Amino acid sequence: MFKRLSPPEATNEAVVTFRFDEQTVTARPGDTVAAALLTSGISICRSTPVSNAPRAPYCMMGVCFECLVEVDGNPNVQACQAEVRDGMHVHTQQGARRLTS
Amino acid sequence: MITHDLVILGTGPAGMAAATTALEHGITPVVIDEQPAAGGQIYRALERTPVLDRRILGEDYWSGESLIKGLKDPQIDYRPASTVWQLTRQREIGLLHDDKAEMICARHIILATGAMERPMPIAGWTLPGVMTAGSGQILLKSAGAVPQAPVVLAGCGPLLLLLATQYLRAGVEIAAILDTTPRDRYRAALKHVPGALRNVSTLLKGVGLLRELRRAGVRHIRGVSALRAEGSGQLERVLWKQQGDDNWQTLETPTLLLHQGVIPNTQITRAVDCHHEWDEQQLAWRPRLDEWLGTDIPGIAVAGDGGGIVGAKAAAMQGQLAGLGAALALGKLTLENSTERAQPIRKALARDTAIRPFLDVLYRPAKQWRLPDDDTLACRCEEVTGGEIRRMADMGCRGPNQTKSFTRCGMGPCQGRMCGITVSELLADANQQSVEETGYYRLRPPFKPITLGQLAKAAEEG
Amino acid sequence: MQQCDFAVIGGGLVGSAIAYGLASQGHQVSVLDEGDVAYRASRGNFGLVWVQGKGQEIPLYSRWSMRSASLWAALSQELFELTGVATQHHNPGGVHLCYSQAELANREVELNALAQATGRQFTFDMLDHDQLRDLIPEIGESVTGASWSSWDGHANPLYLLRALHNGIRHYGGEFVPGSKVNRIRRNGGSFVIERDHQTLTVGRVILAAGLGNRELAPQVGLDAPLVPNRGEILVTERMRPLLDLPTTYLRQTGEGSILMGDSHEDVGFDDGTETPVLAQIAQRAVRALPALANTRVVRSWGALRVMTPDGYPLYQASESHPGAFVACCHSGVTLAAAHAKCLAPWFAGAEAPSEITPFTAERFHVQTSIPA
Repeated sequence: MFKRLSPPEATNEAVVTFRFDEQTVTARPGDTVAAALLTSGISICRSTPVSNAPRAPYCMMGVCFECLVEVDGNPNVQACQAEVRDGMHVHTQQGARRLTS
Repeated sequence: MITHDLVILGTGPAGMAAATTALEHGITPVVIDEQPAAGGQIYRALERTPVLDRRILGEDYWSGESLIKGLKDPQIDYRPASTVWQLTRQREIGLLHDDKAEMICARHIILATGAMERPMPIAGWTLPGVMTAGSGQILLKSAGAVPQAPVVLAGCGPLLLLLATQYLRAGVEIAAILDTTPRDRYRAALKHVPGALRNVSTLLKGVGLLRELRRAGVRHIRGVSALRAEGSGQLERVLWKQQGDDNWQTLETPTLLLHQGVIPNTQITRAVDCHHEWDEQQLAWRPRLDEWLGTDIPGIAVAGDGGGIVGAKAAAMQGQLAGLGAALALGKLTLENSTERAQPIRKALARDTAIRPFLDVLYRPAKQWRLPDDDTLACRCEEVTGGEIRRMADMGCRGPNQTKSFTRCGMGPCQGRMCGITVSELLADANQQSVEETGYYRLRPPFKPITLGQLAKAAEEG
Repeated sequence: MQQCDFAVIGGGLVGSAIAYGLASQGHQVSVLDEGDVAYRASRGNFGLVWVQGKGQEIPLYSRWSMRSASLWAALSQELFELTGVATQHHNPGGVHLCYSQAELANREVELNALAQATGRQFTFDMLDHDQLRDLIPEIGESVTGASWSSWDGHANPLYLLRALHNGIRHYGGEFVPGSKVNRIRRNGGSFVIERDHQTLTVGRVILAAGLGNRELAPQVGLDAPLVPNRGEILVTERMRPLLDLPTTYLRQTGEGSILMGDSHEDVGFDDGTETPVLAQIAQRAVRALPALANTRVVRSWGALRVMTPDGYPLYQASESHPGAFVACCHSGVTLAAAHAKCLAPWFAGAEAPSEITPFTAERFHVQTSIPA
């Protein structure tokens, strides 16, 4: 679990707000989804398609593919590479991804 | 397909220095980077980090400002947030930007794709709450985020100590540093001290970090010989043993950051099938490079940590060399001219990297940290254990490719990045053959996942 | 110098199925295989257990494929019980997609001829778009219809190979990886096989070295005029189940990945991949199942098929070197069961299976022109 040295609200910049499952998450513009989740008390982002084991961001630099989430209906997005956007919908991903159109 | 003179991949110190050097010699490079902001991992988020107290991240971090300024020259075609999913031996590059795939071509390519952390496959390393020290540092630089509860740092290497001091300066509580450097390494490294003195400033910086940690009273447990992470569903505690003590000791913590050095990220050089060799000193694969850092594929060079770990300063120098190499290859400089210009850079490079043998010996991870035990996952994606890999060796698998096809090890979303080196070393050990003989995964495009729709369109544009 | 009854040269699907068949019948077998990196068609296979459309020119090939397909479930079960490795064999029938009425009509004529030539042993149905959609709800609007046959199915070729290797060892067979066979020579009634750092003396030798048979066959009085033919395959991330039955170039694996491919390229011994070919494969897949457009490709590969001039297998006993045989084909998955259960006994002295009589090299020595 991570905290911010200065919370997003404390700066003069506008904050970004998005949904993670049933929760509202506040972030700084330019944050990655993974950073926003980890600093909002969210420690698990998916379960594996192999054994359903819980996983969370691990490398934060795009190589481990552990932080996969569903962003705006698009599954298997690397949360550490995706930037937050106002109003986006992020979901935990359970097991193998589904088909989307 | 548009053909450019020079395409540089990556905006760490090597990529940025290569770009400005090339520009000085009349080449206007295209610079591709996966990240939305320049700097690579070392200078990550430098232009917009919320960590404004410059003391926390330290002067080495802020020294990246001038390189980033150089990259922003309007003549450089800098393309952030662009992913490379394909590179061919004919120097065609597949790009993905804003959900659109396109192909471009280059007369000369400099790969400056840097390093990744060496996997540290301990029991429980897939539990949420266990991350890498590098990820802790990325969170600090890019989001000003630090562990909420007392954090445990475990492993070895300069980055681990640097992160500890950065945390200290930021007021983060460190429960313990579990140092896995084997005790006999200090003695073995001693003989490399005279060489390392050629780069005395880096050596002193390291000593300074240790002193800062000691003064602050950080619990630094040395000679850690066994380590495991436990918890149900997420990390709850870290257990370790010290050399000479058979008892497990425990610390409750929700955050464990692991680190045991960095290794070249060879995903792209492997996929384009450059010749690679196993560096026994650094315990890692690296592409074989010539004096201008060229690979065995004409027109493809590698600068920085991607060609063997050298560190940020030396990476920038290699970027300059590769930039001169590009100018030579593209006919902007004569061999005589480029050789002359390269001479002082080569000298400085030799001085800077003189500390490497010392660091490589001191922080060489012991076998038990590189070869997971039978119950520990080697492949995080497909959940394949060390024991399963050893069984494949028993069955007659001589290398990682047959092993991959029998176990799915390396077939998951990370495309073998996290398990590749572990599997090569495990098989070499089990088959009692060299890592070089054992080989590595044969990698193919796409280097990063691309949708079928994007790929289908890539052909139309091509 | 080591001795055994049989040496099978080649540890791919053809060699391993034969070796498994021999070992399970109590013969002493050594499988000689190359190292980790080699031209391994078995590792690049698409994984169909397929009958539909095969044997248009030589109907006995259709019978041979049907013989194997009908033995497959039992082989798969046997291997699972023996080794614990599931081949993921599944036989829900398979479809070949058609994109116009003309194509559909043409397909029907071809398959009718095949059904007739096999005495109606091969059976099939033609499906229109709506019937096809009942089987594959995600099917694209531009797919006119399909041919369907209950003979078709699929399996995981990698697990099949792993199970065969385990099975060979279970029956006391020996698997010896590491290097190519350099030379085979006769010594009295035996064969001496020379490879790097090793010489073996064996009673019988079976050449199942894929493209490597080209050089080995003449050493024992056989001819294997094989050529490589490249196929490229794309594989996606794991998906939840969406495609129940295999098609000729698109199938969902037991793990959930979608596999697509079936390019045919004459590029010599280059097993790389090319972006335009990969893109065409992607285009075709999205045309068949438009909902796949957002699915990510995580891997691609190229592999070399082992092709004879007419595309049919080559099975032959050497007349000049009794005890030496050659076996090669590009349908190592489909034919695995026939190779283990019907072909292996022939090598051990039983009568040759009747279906394989046309498949000697003599057919290449007469002037014919048969489409591939």
